Amino acid sequence: MSDTQSEETGPAERQEPIPMMQRILDSPFLLLFLGVVVPTVLYTIWGVMEVASIPLAQ
Amino acid sequence: MTAETAVGTIGGRAAKFRTCQFTGLKVDTAAQTLIKVNAVAAVIFLLLGGVMGLLVALTRWPAVHLLPAELFYLVLTGHGANVLLFWIIFFEVAVLYFASAILLNSRLATPKLAWLAFLLMVAGAVLANVAVLRGESSVMFTSYPPLMAEPIFYLSLILFAVGTLIAVGIFFATLVIAKEEGTYEGSIPLVTFGALTAAIIAVFTLASGAIILIPTLLWSVGLISNIDPLLYKVVWWGMGHSSQQINVSAHVAIWYMIAALLVGAKPLSEKVSRTAFLMYILFLQLASAHHLLAEPGLDPSWKIVNTSYMMYLAVVGSMVHGLTVPGSIEAAQRRNGFDKGMFEWLRKAPWGHPAFSGMFLSLVMFGFIGGISGVVLGTEQLNVLMHNTLYVPGHFHGTVVAGTTLAFMAATYLVLPLIFQREIVWPTLAKWQPYLFGIGAGMISLFMMGAGTLGMPRRHWDITFSDAVIGYEPSAGAFLMMGLNGIGALLASVGGAVFILVVVGTVLFGKKVQSGHQLTFPLHAGGGKAASEYGSHATTKLPGTAVLVAIFFVSFVLYYFINWKYLSELWLFR
Repeated sequence: MSDTQSEETGPAERQEPIPMMQRILDSPFLLLFLGVVVPTVLYTIWGVMEVASIPLAQ
Repeated sequence: MTAETAVGTIGGRAAKFRTCQFTGLKVDTAAQTLIKVNAVAAVIFLLLGGVMGLLVALTRWPAVHLLPAELFYLVLTGHGANVLLFWIIFFEVAVLYFASAILLNSRLATPKLAWLAFLLMVAGAVLANVAVLRGESSVMFTSYPPLMAEPIFYLSLILFAVGTLIAVGIFFATLVIAKEEGTYEGSIPLVTFGALTAAIIAVFTLASGAIILIPTLLWSVGLISNIDPLLYKVVWWGMGHSSQQINVSAHVAIWYMIAALLVGAKPLSEKVSRTAFLMYILFLQLASAHHLLAEPGLDPSWKIVNTSYMMYLAVVGSMVHGLTVPGSIEAAQRRNGFDKGMFEWLRKAPWGHPAFSGMFLSLVMFGFIGGISGVVLGTEQLNVLMHNTLYVPGHFHGTVVAGTTLAFMAATYLVLPLIFQREIVWPTLAKWQPYLFGIGAGMISLFMMGAGTLGMPRRHWDITFSDAVIGYEPSAGAFLMMGLNGIGALLASVGGAVFILVVVGTVLFGKKVQSGHQLTFPLHAGGGKAASEYGSHATTKLPGTAVLVAIFFVSFVLYYFINWKYLSELWLFR
């Protein structure tokens, strides 16, 4: 009986969901995406828009 | 386990590997060779850049003022390129291959492509030096338009960047191979995660470099009529400052690795340390904006969001590492039996091991000098106190020289016996080397920051502005600081020379490490496992670390508010 129980709990333990944060940290390409997009938007694109919006001298 | 090479399988694929007798790790010999050549190239460019750095410091020393103006700007350009780019990035590529193939017990993806990457990087670095030494590309590290270098200068940097990008791609491919072939279980180890952080930042860095250097190359050959200086600055600093953030991530990963290999330290919390690295991935590159805080063309909201908001989140990441690295060492030392009082763990740490002393000095100086001054420079109001003064080079010598370079030197003392399989020659010299270099680098940083606070300009051959229409002469105290900076540079140069001597001597003449060999500078028995496996050792019994962190915070707050007080005295609002 106990053997049966352990066989039943084994797969259940394996199916325990991995926390979302751990899944993010275990995904190198998701991290790569975030690590490129965040500075590209906040620093580069916004910064270039700032420069582009400076009026030309007459 | 032996040190001899065998043909076997890694993850089910045939590969040549050996099993390291000290760490138990499987070492892919193709990765090993590539780590060696990248490390050797790094040291060669450190030598070249270091000699140029000494010449710069001797010219800035008022009593010596060694070089004429033209040579000063030439050497300053070469110094920046060789140490800020070539030394650092060659070594980082070696770190990426080590943290992926070796720590994950995997084969390296596409070694032939890795050789192509290496050759492109060497070609770029050599061509850049040729361009600089020809004397027509003395545009300094930033190469701001309208200063124009020879086309070969920009081309060389692009070649170097392409080679590095390929190497970064190979790192990612090796992660995929290791996962698919099941060479490790669960999550990647923390050291590899730190290297992953460095690789991600490298992608943004190299993309920014390509975006701005390709049009600049076209401008230098006459195909584009104009490069907007402010636009150039914005995009260039996406490369220029972020390249130094690759260093931060890489050297923090090395701190964890050395702590694991030498005292068996495991992270206090994998979750916390990884979240701190995540702060780097998301926000560290945004600190590039602090170079542009005095630019009138950029809106304050862009400046403040990127620095005072986002950059501080990355600073929190650094402060977490500043707690968890010494904390994990304290926890490990207490497990190793050094449990008496508050600081036995620190007193009885392996201070005679150059990898440990270099790592710990790097940790302390990066935090106290480079870190605190970085936050001050990143605060828009305080930035005006020292913008474009010698304070800025003082800050980045605190991060890149006292922090990164010293950490990389420390790691080299492990690379020599474990990868080159050579016993370190002249161990007494090796023991003293981190102290010589570290104290010298600390002096350089502090005295340049001191001189900069007193108004000493950066990038000027003539610091007295003798032929300026509106005269300005820095104070006597600032000149004294420049002399002390020269003495610090001499000390760091001696430390650097000893490092090169020990490395070259070891590679050429060091005793071959055979099976059963006892290392002069031994590792912790469980070091390999601690470095290469996921897992924390949580404890709150860290009284020594708590005191060290408290000292750091008091210093941080005092220095920060002293600068606000200084600012209030300069700008009197009545």
